[in-house]
Amino acid sequence: MEKLGLIELHHLKKRFGGDRKTAPVQALDDLSLQVPAGCLYGLLGPNGAGKTTAIRILCTLLEPDGGEVKVAGHDALADPRAVRRLLGYVAQEVAIDKILTGRELLQLQSDLYHLRPSQSAERLEEVISLLAMEEWIDRRCGTYSGGMRRRLDLAAGLLHRPAVLVLDEPTVGLDLESRKAIWQVLRQLRDSGTTIVLSSHYLEEVDALADRLAIIEAGRVLAEGTPQHLKQSLGGDRVTLRVREFSDEEESTRIRALLDVCPGVRQVVANRSQGYSLNLVVDDESVTEAIRSCLREADLPVFSLALSRPSLDDVYLQATGRTLMDAELAVVGQRDVKEERKKQMR
Amino acid sequence: MTSVSPMLSPLPSEAAPPSPLAEVIQETLALTRRLFVQLLRRPSTLVAGVIQPLIWLFLFGALFAKAPAGLLPGAESYGHFFGAGVIVFTAFSAALNAGLPVMFDREFGFLNRLLVAPLRSRSSIVLASVLYILSLSLVQSIAIVLVAGLLGYGWPGLSGFLLVLLTLTLLVFAVTALSLGLAFALPGHIEMIAVIFVVNLPLLFASTALAPLSFMPGWLAWLASVNPLTFAIEPIRASYNGSNVLSQVVLQAPYADLTGTHCLVILLTLATVLFLAVRPLLDRKLQ
Repeated sequence: MEKLGLIELHHLKKRFGGDRKTAPVQALDDLSLQVPAGCLYGLLGPNGAGKTTAIRILCTLLEPDGGEVKVAGHDALADPRAVRRLLGYVAQEVAIDKILTGRELLQLQSDLYHLRPSQSAERLEEVISLLAMEEWIDRRCGTYSGGMRRRLDLAAGLLHRPAVLVLDEPTVGLDLESRKAIWQVLRQLRDSGTTIVLSSHYLEEVDALADRLAIIEAGRVLAEGTPQHLKQSLGGDRVTLRVREFSDEEESTRIRALLDVCPGVRQVVANRSQGYSLNLVVDDESVTEAIRSCLREADLPVFSLALSRPSLDDVYLQATGRTLMDAELAVVGQRDVKEERKKQMR
Repeated sequence: MTSVSPMLSPLPSEAAPPSPLAEVIQETLALTRRLFVQLLRRPSTLVAGVIQPLIWLFLFGALFAKAPAGLLPGAESYGHFFGAGVIVFTAFSAALNAGLPVMFDREFGFLNRLLVAPLRSRSSIVLASVLYILSLSLVQSIAIVLVAGLLGYGWPGLSGFLLVLLTLTLLVFAVTALSLGLAFALPGHIEMIAVIFVVNLPLLFASTALAPLSFMPGWLAWLASVNPLTFAIEPIRASYNGSNVLSQVVLQAPYADLTGTHCLVILLTLATVLFLAVRPLLDRKLQ
């Protein structure tokens, strides 16, 4: 794979709010990314990490306060139109016109991208069959389910055969079947040479799809690379330990202190969202015996003790100091949905 | 979903890229078509838009049917007098609402779909609204002219009818520009509807739609003779009277006697000024 980035984001900065009514939020804080051509690139991070802001800037919907955006050599800030022609964008909040049929929406899209009438009919058939929409494409969009809307949106993004497809949380809130179907199409597209950038707060989605990924939190890239490389570079094995089904903070702190000095244990982190289970990084599988004896001496029971290779979740934990789920929980209730909607309005 | 789908073939190299003008036309027509599909699938707007002015015409005509002859200068009956007012007010209301679909597109994120597309000119979004409202209000006006004629309130004649269309075009242009400006300046559709409410009827009552200037107290006569609606109503009313509107005095305003040409020039100026005033805002929001 070429190292040269088809998409380059350099030192992006973006701040929202900070007026009389709202506290300032640094959505992007010196974020830099390189996406190689032909790569399926995942942006992984909790809600509010800055993924959507980065994507909106890439798609020329938003101007950064500072930094540079280049797509295939075109400067998105100086020549947004050139970049728009190269990009297909599938937004997080599906914007469809309920009154139009799916086919009419695709037709509108094809005119907005200036497809010629002869091309247009052919392309429409192509994307309709690619996403298996034949049965309902002539019904009004208002009658569609979430999965159908998402497929239609993806089809609209593909209509002009963009070199780069950008998807913001493409499977959020979808049923398993629709999700799998969209994954399959994305893989096919990647295999036929389309560069894909996708944001997600689903670990398994990024793990299953991405050739490369960046872990984003608080508007910064905390780790970057292929999933395999990121996992391997962590080293060691993982142990998930529970002394009882649900523990508490006090007990977990006590056990952490105990295991920190246990030979072969490199790191211990308490996982609050999993009832204070403990995630350990250990040298190898033989260490489990040492852990068991350590607990036996302290007269502690073992509810479960599981050994595994490093997962993407471990990568996340290593990079950010907390699990993705904890990061998600931390922002619940902090976000002002109305304010965010306003932010996205033009 | 089928397991094996045909993959997208690569983009063929463009032999001759279409001209910029062709692209502007393509995107504008597509956006206009969308507005008309919406209208035809949700015809209540259209039906209400045609029926309402006819009810106005019918009821007001009946209300003042027994007004003493000669009360209204140059008109045989109140319906005769009021027809021009209804035509202008209908077009005005439609144009004032022109920004609402744009506001909804902003609120529901559909505008973003348009903004990530490589539109040749973002003015296409504005142009589509103008085309749509213009044709809609022309359809409404033709309906009113026909029904007014059938009710016995007179016919404008062919040159008169062309003058009606020209006057309405200028007014619709001006008010649509204003409405689109509001659609981008206001935070949401609630505020937009509130503004429309506050502007709509007062402008009607402070114009010569319902009564001539000579009926009004001095201050209201002043207000009515700077009201844009009046500049549209009077030439249309005069053309119903079949005279040479362009050179004839159609409005005896407190400050000057204005001919039809004067009124049209004022409307043209207003449309130009509003368009220029709103443009920077649209540019900022759409770039």
